[in-house]
Amino acid sequence: MMLDSFLVRAALAGLGVAIAAAPLGCFVVWRRMAYFGDATAHAAILGVALALSFSMSIFTGVLTVALLMAALVSSLSGRGFAMDTLLGVMAHSALAFGLVAVSLLQGARIDLMAYLFGDILAVGKTDLAVIWIGAVLVLSMVTWRWSALLTSTLNPDLAYASGINPRREQLVLTLALALVVAVAIKVVGALLISAMLIIPAAAARAFANTPERMAIIAAGIGAMSALGGLQLSIHFDTPTGPTIVGLAAVLFALSGVGDMARRAGQG
Amino acid sequence: MTLVDIQGLNVRLGGNTVLHHVDFQIGTGEIVTIVGPNGSGKSTLLRAIIGAVKPTSGQVKPAKDLRIGYVPQTLHIDPTLPITVCRFLGLPSRVSTQIANEALIGAGVEGLGNQQMADLSGGQFQRVLLARALLNRPNLLLLDEATQGLDQLGSAAFYRQIEDVRRNMGCSVLMVSHELHVVMSASDRVICLNGHVCCEGAPEHVASAPEYRALFGSGTQGALALYRHEHNHSHDHQDGHDHSHSNNHEAAE
Repeated sequence: MMLDSFLVRAALAGLGVAIAAAPLGCFVVWRRMAYFGDATAHAAILGVALALSFSMSIFTGVLTVALLMAALVSSLSGRGFAMDTLLGVMAHSALAFGLVAVSLLQGARIDLMAYLFGDILAVGKTDLAVIWIGAVLVLSMVTWRWSALLTSTLNPDLAYASGINPRREQLVLTLALALVVAVAIKVVGALLISAMLIIPAAAARAFANTPERMAIIAAGIGAMSALGGLQLSIHFDTPTGPTIVGLAAVLFALSGVGDMARRAGQG
Repeated sequence: MTLVDIQGLNVRLGGNTVLHHVDFQIGTGEIVTIVGPNGSGKSTLLRAIIGAVKPTSGQVKPAKDLRIGYVPQTLHIDPTLPITVCRFLGLPSRVSTQIANEALIGAGVEGLGNQQMADLSGGQFQRVLLARALLNRPNLLLLDEATQGLDQLGSAAFYRQIEDVRRNMGCSVLMVSHELHVVMSASDRVICLNGHVCCEGAPEHVASAPEYRALFGSGTQGALALYRHEHNHSHDHQDGHDHSHSNNHEAAE
C-alpha cells in the first residue's frame, strides 16, 4: 500500500501541516503575534516531558501544555506587561523548564533533537492520522469563524458593533494555534513551528490582494516548501525540518525580489 | 421613540472611573453631539453603546430594532493585510458588488471598490468607513471623532455628507467631536461630558452654559464666535433685535 512508504507518509505529513498552518499563519502575521507561536511551540517541549513522565501520547501532552500556555497568555495580556515581554518570558522559561524536566526523567534516553527539530521521516500511520485530523479540525475552525476573525483583527470595536465578541474570536484562534503546534511537532519540531506559520504567510503577502488569497497562496508556498524540502533533504542528506524551513525562507526572499521587480515595472 | 436609553451608567477602566452616573437618551432622527476635553469619557460612552465596554453599574438599554452603524475613531490596517475596499465592506457579512457600490455612492466615494484600503487618502478612508457603517441600513449612526486627520475643508465636507445621509436614510446620529463650531451648528442637541454630563441641551444653551465655558475656556472663543455667527444668520429674519444684541456680545468677547 502507498502509505507503507515512509517517503509518502512524510510528504503527506508535511502537506497536512503546511495547509493547516497557512491561514493561521496569516492571522499571526496580521495580528503581530509572531511571538505567540514561539511561546506555544516552546511550551511543547514541556509537554513532551509531561507525556513521557505520565506515559501519555506525545500529542496529548503537547496539546495540553500548548492549550494551558494559550489560556495563560490570553488571560495575562493587558495586565501591566507589554505582550512581547510577557511572551518572551513565557516562551523561554517554558523551553528551559521543559529541557530541565526532560533531563530529570529517569532512564529515558530520549532523542531531544527529534522534538526540537522534528523527525518527519519517522512519521507513522497513526501520526499521519493525528496530523490530518488536526489539520481538518483547524481548517474547519478557521473557515467557520473566518469573517468574525477577520473583522476582529481589523478592529475590535468594529467587531463589537457588528455583534461579534473579539475576545471569543481570539480564543478560537489560540485554540487552533495550540492544535497546529501539537500536530506539527513531529514534522518540523518545536523550534521551527513558528517558521512554518510565519514564513509562507509573509511570502504570500506580495502576491495577494485579499485576505483569502493570501491564505491560499500561503498554503501553496507552504506545500511547495514541505515537498521540495523533503526531496532536497534526501538528496543532500540534510535534516528535513530545517531544510523545509530553509526552502520556505528562500521562497520568501524570492517573493520579495519579485515584488520589487513588479513595483519597479509599475513605477 | 428612544433608540438607546442609558441610565446611571458608571464605567471603571483600570481603576479609574471614566464615566460617572451618566443618564442619556437618543431618539429617532436626532443629531446629538458629545463634546468634552481629552479623557472625558466620550469614546467610552460610544463604546458602551456598542457593547465594547461593560458598565460597572447602571445600564445601557438598546431598542429592540436598533441597528448601529459605527465609524471608529481610528482604524489602523496592518500593512501585511491585503484587503480591497469591496472586501472590507463585506465584513463581517458578504455583500453583493451592487450593494457595495451603492454604499460607496451614498458615502461620496464612487468607484473605489477595487482599490486597496492602504492606498486610500485620509478622506477617502473615512468615507469608506462611513459606507461600511451604512450597509446594514442603520437607524443610529455612531461617529467617534470621524474627521480626525482631515483638514478643515475635508472635515466640513465630511459633515455635509453626514447631513445628506441623515436626510436620505432618516437615521439618528450620535457623534463625538473636537470641532465644536462645525458640529454644534449641525446638532439638535449637545452633551458636554467630563466624566459626567456637565450640561446638555440645544447648542446655543450649552455654548453659553458656565460649565461648558469652565471646560473649554478661552481656547474656543474663535470657535464660539464662528458658531454664533452662523446661528445668527438663521435667525436674522425673525428677530432683528437679537441679531444686533449678539453682535455686541461678540465684539465684547
